[in-house]
Amino acid sequence: VSDLLGLEVQTAVMWETLVMGAMEAYVKSGNYTVLKVVEALGSSLENPEPRTRARGIQLLSQVLLQCHSLLLEKEEKITHCQHFLPSQNSLCVALPPGLAVSVLKAIFQEVHVQSLLQVDRHTVFSIITNFMQSREEELKDLGADFTFGFIQVMDGEKDPRNLLVAFHIVHDLISRDYSLGPFVEELFEVTSCYFPIDFTPPPNDPYGIQRDDLILSLRAVLASTPRFAEFLLPLLIEKVDSEILSAKLDSLQTLNACCAVYGQKELKDFLPSLWASIRREVFQTASERVEAEGLAALHSLTACLSRSVLRADAEDLLNSFLSNILQDCRHHLCEPDMKLVWPSAKLLQTAAGASARACDHITSNVLPLLLEQFHKHSQSNQRRTILEMILGFLKLQQKWSYEDKDERPLSGFKDQLCSLVFMAITDPSTQLQLVGIRTLTVLGAQPDLLSSGDLELAIGHLYRLSFLEEDSQSCCREVCVANQLSSPYQQGFVGRAFTPLHRELDVTREHGPNKCSRHLLCLQALSAVSTHPSIVKETLPLLLQHLWQANKGNVVIGFNDIIAICQSLQQVAEKCHRDPDSCWYFHETALPCLFALAVQASMPEDSSVLRKVLLEDEVLAALASVISTATIHLSSELAAQSVTRIVPLFLDGNISFLPENSFPSRFQPFQDGCSRQRRLVVLLMAFVCSLPRNVEIPQLTQLMRELLELSCCPGCPFSSTAAAKCFAGLLNKHPAGQQLDEFLQLAVDTVEAGLGAGSSRSQAFTLLLWVTKALVLRYHPLSSCLTARLMGLLSDPELGPAAADGFSLLMSDCTDVLTRACHADVRIMFRQRFFTDNVPDLVQGFHAAPQDVKPNYLKGLSHVLNRLPKPVLLPELPTLLSLLLEALSCTDSVVQLSTLSCLQPLLLEAPQIMSLHIDTLVTKFLNLSSSPSMAVRIAALQCMNALTHLPTPVLLPYKPQVIRALAKPLDDKKRLVRKEAVSARGEWFLLGSPGS
Amino acid sequence: MVGGGGSGGLLENANPLIYERSGERPVTPGEEDEQVPDSIDAREIFDLIRSINDPEHPLTLEELNVVEQVRVQVSDPESTVAVAFTPTIPHCSMATLIGLSIKVKLLRSLPQRFKMDVHITPGTHASEHAVNKQLADKERVAAALENTHLLEVVNQCLSARS
Repeated sequence: VSDLLGLEVQTAVMWETLVMGAMEAYVKSGNYTVLKVVEALGSSLENPEPRTRARGIQLLSQVLLQCHSLLLEKEEKITHCQHFLPSQNSLCVALPPGLAVSVLKAIFQEVHVQSLLQVDRHTVFSIITNFMQSREEELKDLGADFTFGFIQVMDGEKDPRNLLVAFHIVHDLISRDYSLGPFVEELFEVTSCYFPIDFTPPPNDPYGIQRDDLILSLRAVLASTPRFAEFLLPLLIEKVDSEILSAKLDSLQTLNACCAVYGQKELKDFLPSLWASIRREVFQTASERVEAEGLAALHSLTACLSRSVLRADAEDLLNSFLSNILQDCRHHLCEPDMKLVWPSAKLLQTAAGASARACDHITSNVLPLLLEQFHKHSQSNQRRTILEMILGFLKLQQKWSYEDKDERPLSGFKDQLCSLVFMAITDPSTQLQLVGIRTLTVLGAQPDLLSSGDLELAIGHLYRLSFLEEDSQSCCREVCVANQLSSPYQQGFVGRAFTPLHRELDVTREHGPNKCSRHLLCLQALSAVSTHPSIVKETLPLLLQHLWQANKGNVVIGFNDIIAICQSLQQVAEKCHRDPDSCWYFHETALPCLFALAVQASMPEDSSVLRKVLLEDEVLAALASVISTATIHLSSELAAQSVTRIVPLFLDGNISFLPENSFPSRFQPFQDGCSRQRRLVVLLMAFVCSLPRNVEIPQLTQLMRELLELSCCPGCPFSSTAAAKCFAGLLNKHPAGQQLDEFLQLAVDTVEAGLGAGSSRSQAFTLLLWVTKALVLRYHPLSSCLTARLMGLLSDPELGPAAADGFSLLMSDCTDVLTRACHADVRIMFRQRFFTDNVPDLVQGFHAAPQDVKPNYLKGLSHVLNRLPKPVLLPELPTLLSLLLEALSCTDSVVQLSTLSCLQPLLLEAPQIMSLHIDTLVTKFLNLSSSPSMAVRIAALQCMNALTHLPTPVLLPYKPQVIRALAKPLDDKKRLVRKEAVSARGEWFLLGSPGS
Repeated sequence: MVGGGGSGGLLENANPLIYERSGERPVTPGEEDEQVPDSIDAREIFDLIRSINDPEHPLTLEELNVVEQVRVQVSDPESTVAVAFTPTIPHCSMATLIGLSIKVKLLRSLPQRFKMDVHITPGTHASEHAVNKQLADKERVAAALENTHLLEVVNQCLSARS
């Protein structure tokens, strides 16, 4: 037979049949054990050629199929399992129908899984998982036997690695609808015995299984079916009532998850106990997390009850549940000494937030009570508490929209609420006023609630508060309310509020130091009320006229005023974006006016003080931001219309679309000569870089060349940087293709020429930086080349520090160009990708660099590490550890800060590795805790705190020294530093001390 | 020095009133400015002691209204702190232990230059005078912390809650 077996692999199908017949006979007669078959087939089972392997497996399968009824020795079974696993993929193809079932039956009947080693038990679970994936139909034919068999296999499992797989199998059993038959309770028992999970991964655990992995996968099982409800709910209640914090949290979270699949039927019998437990956790809260989870569970419970469909004769459990809550909470709202008032309000508001019905039920019960309480109490602070509660309930109303006006629960209380709010607003206590104003805002946001009479009164009050009283806190609020009120009531609002604002603006324009702030307030109010197209048509001309008159010299206007007007314009522009018409209105009205002002100011003949102000960096940036906001939301067609006017303005000096365009000279920003005109390129940048991607830009090639040339122009960093950014912004959006390659080649040539020449090296560097950024964001293949060039500059004696800081720019989000908002091509994972592509090179560069430029590499690396999400960073950190330890000695505070922020999570996550460096860490952290930079001191003390997570025996020798050293930062001049020192020192005191 | 102790038996005050926790102190622009020194004020002291756990309830001293910001007097230039605490009931046997916890917390958290006085709010405890005397006695406080059992309870009160 051995010979035959040897032959088998090479010979044809015919032979196979023959061999098999012979073998089966042998095996059945007991002369040949399955072990020997497996051994004999060994070479073909491990053969790299898939077809050979498949045939070998098929043969083995046949044999097994014939012989499974024979008593196999356990040892053989394991061998066979271990053979199966590596060739699982081919197995799925090769197994004939029916074999999966027989293999499983054999495992269930013959193998005592509990006595196997962990690896072998894991193999059994893997076999089951794989069969469930490939042979679902066959397994389902087994009916509940399969479930029962699995329960026996899983029973008593203790290894977390196996449990994760087993939980997954149970979840699949339930979710893929395998038959559970009479074994529901057994299945529940075999899984719920692990609840709540209490597992701490051993130190230096190589498998990386966390407690949360187990918790979440067990929770997925327990909360996967309503059929577990009758067993699970009593268990959850028992665990919430226990003393162990983690058990409470886990139970409440599991309850929360269950509510997604449960209905009234499952919850019915347990509602009173569930409510009692949740109430206790919120009333006598032991931890804020438990309180939050308790409230979340209450929310889901209420939502679940509200959602359930009732049979005609069934009782609506929602009503009785809510009545229960009201009964237990409402008297706390009335108790004069206000005890338990907040926990009660929280519970009620949480329940009310779960559904419209719940909200209606609770609000209609609680509001009359609170209104009555408000009048019963006369002290401002008590009234404030009550009003804050009312406010909480009113806010919940906004979550639900009511079709029918009469159905709205608030309509009946409107008059009472209004009079109460007006009482609050006229109260001498500012705190109460503020809550009153917030309440008014919420009332105003309810559609059609307030009558025009109420509105009139409200505006009267607001006007008095904002302009006639000196308290600035209320004023700010007023602006927000105006904002809210104006949206549902635009018609009435313009007339009523606009007139006083307009008058006020005129009056306050006549300067005087104390009128200045009121003037700003008017501007803010104007932009705040511009929430509707019809209002924008009134306010925008007013704001522009204000600027224009300033330009004419009619009024004296300062730097701050212009910035304030720009900010107001910006806010108006932002409010326009929802409505395409007002968006275009704003663009068409504001842009020509702003460009005209700027062009006028850039004329060489112009020398007035004000016009100089207009060309200052900040003012131009503010104007640019208005232009950008007004362009971002334009539709492509309208944007295309606008671009044909603005690009020629800059390239050809075509001023025909500007109002009042009789300028003394030509406008030629790209020609040599007037450096003032060049500064306006920042406005061009704001416009072209905010256009939608599909808008074609006229004369693009010429524009790109001009921008490149200007970007390397020495003398004015403001305009050369603007040109570089503009170039980069256009490059980022340009579709791939020949034209893009040409632009890139041009840019690279310009950069190289500039870096070679002495006079414009820093300009060329800036250009390189922005072009690199534009390409990194869109994953362009050339970006790696440019990044490498940038990295090379780290060891440049002149540009090194700037190159190091450049990495910060590459990794951060810009505010003006290259943002997603202005339609740039920004891939989500660009930071991670940049990290993986470049950090090895940076590290290598650091080791190879001469001592004097090493800090540049560290700083560049710090910027990259700083911007990366910590979870992404964590697995990479151990390889960077030696570098990080070295970086602690660097004198640059950016490097120090980033190093500390990398080490802090590492101390928590990898205490074993960090223990090896305890001496360095303690010394360096303590040194840095007296750094001149506050942020570094804070970070160093946070690291001192995190150190306490290392194994106590490692730390104890340092305890006296550390406690002494930490006494010094307790007296730091900054409070935030002292706070960290206090908590770090407190933790060190507890180390190795009883009771900790 | 602590008499009685309710451990194991019934709580002396099983159903106390619970007060709202004040939130984290908001960070002001001044606090973020490197140059501006922030003096140690009453709120800062209150923040140190408000989260101390009560020895017998799963609640903080703030939630039980045992400590309040208005009962904290502090002078940074003169390096003095005075904290008055109010036991929940006049016969509370935990009063000394609570006072000790507050004292230890301040000792661990304040610069050495501070002279601190922890006492019971006048008129709120039966043996007010005796407790105050014990808390003011440096040697007794030091001796109490030599006692492993006491140190254990104090440490539990001072451990951060999750």
